[in-house]
Order: sequence, then structure tokens, then C-alpha cells
Amino acid sequence: MARGQLPRWVDYVLLPALNLLAAFFVSGLVVVLIGEDPFEAVKWILYGALGYGEGIGYTLFYATNFIFTGLAVAVAFHAGLFNIGGEGQAYIGGLGIALACLALDHIVPWWVTLPFAILGGALFGAAWAFIPAWLQAKRGSHVVITTIMFNYIAANIMVYLLSNVMIPKGSMQPASRNFDVGGQLPWLRTIFPSFDLGQSPVNLALFIALIACVFVWVLIWRTKLGFEMRSLGANPTAAEYAGISPLRITIITMLISGGLAGLMGMNEVMGAQSKLLLDFTAGYGFVGIAVALMGRNHPVGIILASLLFGLLYQGGAELAFEIPSITRDMIVVIQAFVILFAGALEHLFRPAVVAFFNRFVTAKNGQETA
Amino acid sequence: MTERLGQPQAGAAIAQSEIPAIELRGIGKSFGPVVANKDIDLVVGKGSIHGIIGENGAGKSTLMSILYGFYGADTGEIFISGKKAKIPDSKTAIEKGIGMVHQHFMLVDTFSVVENVMLGAEGGALLNKGIAQARKELARLADEYDMRVDPDAIVGELPVGLQQRVEILKALYRGADVLILDEPTGVLTPAEADHLFRILEVLRDQGKTVLLITHKLREIMHITDTVSVMRRGEMVATRKTAQTSMSELAELMVGRSVLLEVDKQPASPGKTLLKVEGLNVVDERGVRRVKDVSLEVKAGEILGVAGVSGNGQSQLLAALSGIIRAHTGQIEIVGHKLDLSDKHGAAVMREYGMSHVPEDRHKMGLINAFPEYENSILGYHGAQKYSKGLTLDIAAIRKEAEERIEKYDIRPPSTELQVAKFSGGNQQKIVLAREIECDPDVLLVGQPTRGVDIGAIEYIHKRIIEMRDAGKAVLLVSVELDEIRSLSDRIIVMFDGEIVGERGPEATETDLGCLMAGVRDGDQPS
Amino acid sequence: MYETIILILDSTVRLSVPLLFACLAGLYSERSGVVDIGLEGKMLGGAFAAGAAAYVTGSAWAGLGAAVIVSIMLALIHGFASITQRGNQVVTGVAINFLAAGLTILLGQAWFKQGGRTPQLEHSARFGEITLPFADSVKDVPYIGLLYSELISGHNILVYLSFLAVPFTWWVIFRTRFGLRLRAVGESPAAVDTAGISVTWLRYRAVIMCGVFTGFAGTYLAIGQSAGFIKDMSAGKGFIALAALIFAKWQPKNAMFACLLFGFLDAVAIRMQGQEIPGIGEVPVQIFQAMPYILTVILLAGFVGRAIPPKASGIPYVKERT
Repeated sequence: MARGQLPRWVDYVLLPALNLLAAFFVSGLVVVLIGEDPFEAVKWILYGALGYGEGIGYTLFYATNFIFTGLAVAVAFHAGLFNIGGEGQAYIGGLGIALACLALDHIVPWWVTLPFAILGGALFGAAWAFIPAWLQAKRGSHVVITTIMFNYIAANIMVYLLSNVMIPKGSMQPASRNFDVGGQLPWLRTIFPSFDLGQSPVNLALFIALIACVFVWVLIWRTKLGFEMRSLGANPTAAEYAGISPLRITIITMLISGGLAGLMGMNEVMGAQSKLLLDFTAGYGFVGIAVALMGRNHPVGIILASLLFGLLYQGGAELAFEIPSITRDMIVVIQAFVILFAGALEHLFRPAVVAFFNRFVTAKNGQETA
Repeated sequence: MTERLGQPQAGAAIAQSEIPAIELRGIGKSFGPVVANKDIDLVVGKGSIHGIIGENGAGKSTLMSILYGFYGADTGEIFISGKKAKIPDSKTAIEKGIGMVHQHFMLVDTFSVVENVMLGAEGGALLNKGIAQARKELARLADEYDMRVDPDAIVGELPVGLQQRVEILKALYRGADVLILDEPTGVLTPAEADHLFRILEVLRDQGKTVLLITHKLREIMHITDTVSVMRRGEMVATRKTAQTSMSELAELMVGRSVLLEVDKQPASPGKTLLKVEGLNVVDERGVRRVKDVSLEVKAGEILGVAGVSGNGQSQLLAALSGIIRAHTGQIEIVGHKLDLSDKHGAAVMREYGMSHVPEDRHKMGLINAFPEYENSILGYHGAQKYSKGLTLDIAAIRKEAEERIEKYDIRPPSTELQVAKFSGGNQQKIVLAREIECDPDVLLVGQPTRGVDIGAIEYIHKRIIEMRDAGKAVLLVSVELDEIRSLSDRIIVMFDGEIVGERGPEATETDLGCLMAGVRDGDQPS
Repeated sequence: MYETIILILDSTVRLSVPLLFACLAGLYSERSGVVDIGLEGKMLGGAFAAGAAAYVTGSAWAGLGAAVIVSIMLALIHGFASITQRGNQVVTGVAINFLAAGLTILLGQAWFKQGGRTPQLEHSARFGEITLPFADSVKDVPYIGLLYSELISGHNILVYLSFLAVPFTWWVIFRTRFGLRLRAVGESPAAVDTAGISVTWLRYRAVIMCGVFTGFAGTYLAIGQSAGFIKDMSAGKGFIALAALIFAKWQPKNAMFACLLFGFLDAVAIRMQGQEIPGIGEVPVQIFQAMPYILTVILLAGFVGRAIPPKASGIPYVKERT
């Protein structure tokens, strides 16, 4: 093995684990700073997220959101694009879903509405990613900046629509009307009454998310399009050599990415709330960045990372309840450290690990290589 | 062009007997396993123009980077004006009076000339005084060396010749006594180059020392007082320019080596498969990199394109393979006439039956992070045989990859290993297998054996000959003369974007070496 | 009518100040080639520090000092990750935004137990309004009186500092050695390196300057404009500042106009809330609020003018032979 190269498991397991540990360690220091016991905090997080049925249900519910937004970020990453606009795409996607539900919920059962809602969410999300994609491909305007701008434009459009157009007469809450049963995804506690999921809103969207994972896996690793996306992301020069059009791939990738983010509303809008709410995205679009970084842009990694973040979100609520001086914002801090260590500082421990392995490998193979 | 414009003058000869401006003793530098400089000694006389000539990869640039503090040498000593010096960084080099004009200019395009000149030598925390001084100094230098540039012009908007002048002014402004120029004429028009030489002569006459790195023999003969020749990381000779000749230098540069034995029958060319007429390629900086190139490759022959790298061969390959657009000209491939106003991508060229082994397999030919089997379909991933319904037929791809691994003896025989982890030779075999097995009519091959071990070289050469014998048209671009001579049925030489001559395979090294150094047919080698 | 205009302009000025500080902060960083989408977080962190320190010490200046220190610390995290570790600058920026968003509320709750806000400040612990000389006496002079007493006089010191920061920044960028090198390193780090200047140290100084100015922006939010820190009080201003920076094409003077324009849009939006324009009806305020982003996208698209960022932005410098 060449110097400086590491076995696969080190790259895919050990280094991410070290990064994650560092993030948790620093988060623990924050807890100490507040004057609380970090181990106590971990205990409450774990209990809150996994200790009882409703906790597990909520963990899965949050994880569903993160799978969608994580996949969105990951798909773009594979083509070398940083889609930071998952938040806006999810928001507008929610609008698409809500429109499908509002149109159909009185006339047909939910399973007829379902494909239209999925289509609506994906189309609206994709549409919201289109302009940044087009500007990047054609004009070279950096997709990071344009998608940030589009997040805010989306937020303003939605505020307007919800408080001026979609709001039912006489209501004070900026939200759409409640969907009828024809616009509601069944919750898992009604589908599987034998499982104890408490009052948690985890719903059918979880399975849609898992299907999306399979879709993304097939797309990325099993299709020509995915091959072209990965080629462009890994080596743009080689991609051009191979006759791949950067323009076409950039736009298609962003459309798929936006569509996946747009589906997040399946969980929140059609699943949990049965209406379109102001700010229902609640920053989940950004969490997708952390999820994708941690999950190494692989659907399996994303599922695991989503579960971890779901666990933190749900456990964080419990923690805030049990130790009032640690608010739910602790999870935002943990998230920040995960992004920092798993993303920006991803190579922090690499030199040390490489040095360790070189010494180890040299020691072991001393006679052969000498 | 006046011959011998730059013959050493009497004064220069006397100056050289004094303490040398630069002396290098036993300089060595390796990058990992690659030895770039090996035990190099060099003495550069004060007030002289000293040329360093050698092919690409001979180690010239590395040596100069060491002198300018960009790299630290592994071994050896540097003496400046007789005093031992340590040059850990560019700052020290500047302080010791060494200035460098880089091949790729180190200029800030959005800055004015004054700002560029004073960057790093501002003369105080505030700029106003420094600007005034820089203007004054620029005016003085302009007078003294005939190097006029508008101090307020934005550098990015200046023609390359003037940009280079700014680079020289930058070094002089910092009080450089020794000026290193790395391939300075590569981007210049002949008129600009002539002006540069006049400037260099003035500099020398004013007592400055000039180190000129180039691969162009003409320039060496034209302007230098002394010339040192490098080959494969070693300093092979130093001569007084007046006492040597182009042919001697060409021979020293290329070196005498045994022609690789390649088992080859005489070619039996068929009909023309690739025809290029009046091809011009202009790069993004507006420099014409390929100039009016016309060529023909017939079925069953190998056309070798010789030349020192950077003379337009890369752009020629890129234009032919559809990666970049040619500016004007016509390409006809297997009967398809290409209208250059269309955007024909690499995919279209492949459809027409062209395949391409690129010069740089890491940058272009392979995706290092991908496993072997994915690289084995790069560029052909859209082919019907690789797809099954909506998805790729991974099983079929793997199976084919395995067959190729066996056929081309690629080691280790793993379809799953990342290509980055294969050796250079095996990586090249992966590319070659891909581009040959698609059964093209025209095969473009760039630097097929760069960074490849001996065993693989022979194998790759054999395969290329086989392609020819199978009636394919092969265009081979290589900077390795041996390779060109042993494989080609006809040889053309490119210099500065143009084809400067055509020879048969029996051409001598010296003959080709002269062409590669820009000595055209009809010019008298002195 | 005239009074309305003056009042709108007055609130335009007030709303522009945090944008302007943050925008200039970003200018230092981005001119050096370090892309900063973490302005928002640094501003928020600074605001919290200002609110907390001003409450504890009772001094607005101590608040400012604390804000600057905290913002610089966040900027140094950004610097370490993106300069030393050569990490992805966008990812780091996102992390810093999250870090500030979470930590401010978490620490605020732990220390002050008011749901993440810092306690209401006494008047003396804030930057009070400064009445310029004669402001009261000329108040009744037609036109000029109102203009002087309302629009020009009667702001706190940070407002005046923010506008002074514009010529100051211009001077630093275009008239000092540091500025020359800063501009150079954002365009061509290799040129700076070969000129014998440390790219790393130069970029660190740039992000530190960025920290200083975001500290000022945060201070203004917490103890200039308000009487304490409120959670998420930066409310996207960091991103508007980023938009303003692009809109200004990374020029200090343009930055001021861009921030004033965006501040004006905000002031109009507030003013128009629930109001009907005769003949048109109620104009949705969201149009005004979205306008900065829309304008920036249009500019980025290159349809009107062209915003070309420093060439080396976002690319970590790796020494390479050319």
C-alpha cells in the first residue's frame, strides 16, 4: 500500500467516527460550561429518543425530514454542487404538496392524492432549484449564493401566500385550511396499532423517504445519469473528455436535488400537520447539510445520520424538559460541531491517523518492504 | 533575423573571470520516488546571460525553483556572489537580489502596473509615498532599459508581452541583480521576443546577470554567453555559446540512447481516415496555440507528432477529440466533415469512430476516485451493451472489465480497486484497453508511456502497432523522441503551434532535435 | 408628506447600520479570498456578547469590547478551518451560523434564565442617542430643521461610526499596504506568495478584521437598536449584508449605497404594513422584503452589470509549482 493511503474502513468508519467523537466531546464541554453533567445529559437524550414508544416515534418522524433534505444535499454533492437551498426548496415543495391536497382531499381517498402530492412536491421543489441551476450552468453564478437568496425569496413568497391567499376566512393563523382525510397520510400508529408509538406523528412518509433512498442509490450508482453526475463531481476535466455536458448535468442534478428537498413536505404537511404552516421547514433544510456530510453522501450513511439527528432532536426535547438550563438549542450546537468537524475540519485527524498507520504498516511489513 | 546578435562582448568575458554571481554545488531534489535534480553543479558568471536548455522534465524549472526559494533542496549548497546562502523562501531570494519571471506570470490581473510592481515592496504601511516612488522608479527603468509601460494600465488588459515586461520590472524594482526567466518566449510573438532579447542585452550590459531557461535552441544561440544543458535531472554539459553549435546542443539535450526495439513490419497505408486542414486553436487568453495545422492520417499508419511539450500538441489533441473547439479549420473523420461552428463534443467524436488516449491520464483519462470497472467505461458509458433497461448493467461491465484485465494483464487483477491505487503502467493499460477495445477507426494517443515502467512501455508499444496493423489510423503525440522514432511511419514536428517539418522514421535524433528546437528546414544549423 | 419621507429615511439609516457593518466585515474577508456566509452567525454571537457584557458590567463600551472579542473568536474558527485546514469555506460558514444560533440561546438561558434573551438594559448600559449641536434650536426651520434634527442628529454613536467605517475601509483597502496585499491575495495568492508575503497570515488578518466589524454589527443590534439581546435577533441580516456585498461588487462606497437601499426597502416595508396605496391597493410588504435578494440574483445573473467576485474566492491556497 502506498504511503498516505488508508484502508477503506479507516476512511469510511474510523475517521468519521473520530470526527463525530470530537464534535460530541466539544459539545460535552459546552454542557460543562453551563454547569451541568454531560453524562446526565446524554442519558436524558437517549431516554427521550429511545426510551419509550412515543420517543422512538418522534425520532423516526424527525429522521424522515432529515432523510429527504440529506439526500437533496448529497445528490448535488455527487455532481460537485453545493445546494444550500434545501430549506427554500422544501418550503416551496410543501406548497406543491398542499395544493395537491387542497384540490383533491374532498373528492378522493388519500392514496389517490398521494401520487399527485408527491409529484407536486417534487415538481415545485425542482422548479425552485431550476433558476439557481440555470444561472450556475449558463452564467457561472455560484449556486451557493443564489440558493441562499432563493431561500429568502421563498420565505417571503410563502409568508405572503399563507397570510394573504391561502388563509381561510376569519382565521388569524397564517396557514392553509386543514386537509380532509383525503389529504392526510396515515400515521404509523394507526397502520401498526400493535407497535407502541404513543401520540407521535411518524407516518407513511417514512417509507417514502426510504424509497427515495433506494431511488438515490440506484440513480447514483446504477444509472448512466448517476455515472455522469459522479464523473462531473469527481473530475470535471475527465467528464468533458468523456463527452459529458456539464451544463446538462448541472441542471438535471439540481432539479433532482430540489425535488428531493421538496418531498420533505410529505412528512410535515401531508403527514404530521395536515395543513401548510408558516415556517414548517424549521431549518431542516440546513440540517440536511450536516446529515449529508456525516453520511458521506451515501443513502445508508444518510439514514444513519438522519436517525442520529432525529435522536438528537427528540432527545433534546426531553433533555430540555428534564434539565431546564439546557434548552433544545443544545442540538443546534451539536449540529454545528458535527458540521464543523465532519465537514470543514474533515481532515483534522487524518495526518495523525496516516502517521499512525504508516508506522504500524512499516513495523509489520518491515522486512518485506525494506 | 540577424544572426549572432547576442555574441558575448569583450566586457562580459572579463566579468566572468570574477566571482560568479551564482554557484550551485551538488544540488539534489526528489519528489517522493522521482528524482528531479541530481547532484547539480552550476556556475553563472556575473554580468552574463546564461542559458539553461533541456527537454521538458529535464529538471530546469525545479532547479530554478530551488534557487528562488520555492522549494528547499535535499542536498547541496548555494553561493551567491561567493557567499554561502540559505534560501528558505521567496522573500529571502528577493532580499539576496534574485528575481524571477515565471512562465505563468505572477501578476494580479485587476491591479494597475504600479500596484503590481510595488506589491511586496511597498516601502511603508501607507501607499502614497510608495506609489510616488514606484512611478519615479518605473520611469527611470523605462528610460534605462527601454521598457515603457503605462503605469496606470490594468495588467489584465495588457497584451502578454507587456505583462511579461511588468514581471521583469517587478524584479528590477526589488533590486534584482540576478534575473531568472522561465521559458519567457513561450507566449510571445516573434517581435515581442526580439524586444525581450534586446532588453536582456541591455540588462547584461548594465551588469545584471540573466538566467534564461528555454527549450529553444535558437534563442540560446541568439542571446546567451554561456549555455548549460540538462537532461533527466542531471547537468550534462556547460559550453561557451560561441564555441558550440545547435547540432551539438541538440544532441546533448536529447541524448544518445538505444532505439527501442519494436517488432514492426513496413506500413501499408490505406485510405485517409483523418484529415485536418488549416486548423487554428486560440486559448482563453487569446493566444493562438495551434497555427494552420494540416495533416492526414491514413488507415494502417502511425503519424508521430514530435515536439517539446507546450508547442500546441495538447491543444491539437483536444481539438481533434472534441474537448475544445477549434477556431477555424476543417476536420474530416472517416468521411464525416465537421463544421466547426457546431459544438461537437467528445461524445460525437466517439460516435464517428475516434478514440483518444489522453496525454494526462490523471487529469483527463481516469477518475482516480472511481473503481477500475467504472473507469473502464468512461466515455462509453452510454453504449447499449452497458445498459439494462433504465440502469447500467453492472454485471456486464464487470465481466468485460475482467476480460480486459486478463487480456491486457492489468495488475492487480481487481475490478473493484480505485484506479488511483494502480501503478502508472497499469493505469495506462486501463485507459488503453478502453480506447482500443471500443474498436475505433482513428486512435489518438498522447504521451502513451509517460510515467510508465519499462515492461509496460513495451507492451503499450506493441498494442499501438497492432492497431496500425489492424488498419486503424493512429496519431501519436509524444515528447519522447525514441518513442516517436520507433513507432511512427511518418513524423511531423510541432514547434510553437506550427508544423515545422515532416520526416520519415529514419530521421536522425539530431535532425529531429533541431526541428523540435525551432530550426526549420532551410535554416542553416550553425 | 415631507415629514413622512424624513421618517422613512431616518429609519432607513437605522436599519442600514447593522447591514453596513456586516457588509464591510464581509468585504475584508472576501477581498482576501475567504468566502464568508457566516456573517450572520458572527453578528449574532457579537450581539449576544454585547448584551451579556453590557448587562454584567453596566457599560456599553464593555459590551462592544466583548462583542468584538467573541466575533473575532468565531472568525478565527472560520480562519482555522478554511485557511489552515483548507476546509470548505461554505461548510464552515454554515457551521458558524448554527453555532451562534444555538450557543447564544443556550448560554443566554443558562446564565440569565429569560428564555434566551439577556436582561433588559438600563439606559446607561446602552449607546444613547447623540443630539448634535443646535439640533433642538433649528428644529423649527422649515425643511432643513427637520432634516438636521431628525435624520442627521439623534442617533447613537455606532450609527455615525458605521458611516465613518466606509471611508475608513476604503482608505484601508486602497491606500494602505495591508489593503494592497489584501486585494492581491484575493485575486492571485500565488503572486502574493512569490512576492515573499505570507498568504496565511494575510488571510488571517482579513478574517480578524471581519470579526471586528461583525462585532460592531452585533453590538448595534443588541445595545444600540435594542435594549438587550433577543434570540435570533440577526434575523437574516447577515445574508442581506452578503447580498449587499455582491450588489456592491465588493467596493466600500457601493456597499454603503447597497446597504442604504436595502435598509430603505426594509423601512418602506415596515411603513407599508397594512397600508393601502390609493389606486393600487395594499402592496404586499413581502415584495419589499424579498427585493434585496431578487436584485442580487438579477445582478449575479449578469443581466444588469456583472458582479465578479475576487478570482481566488473560496479556493484554499496550496503552494504549487507553475
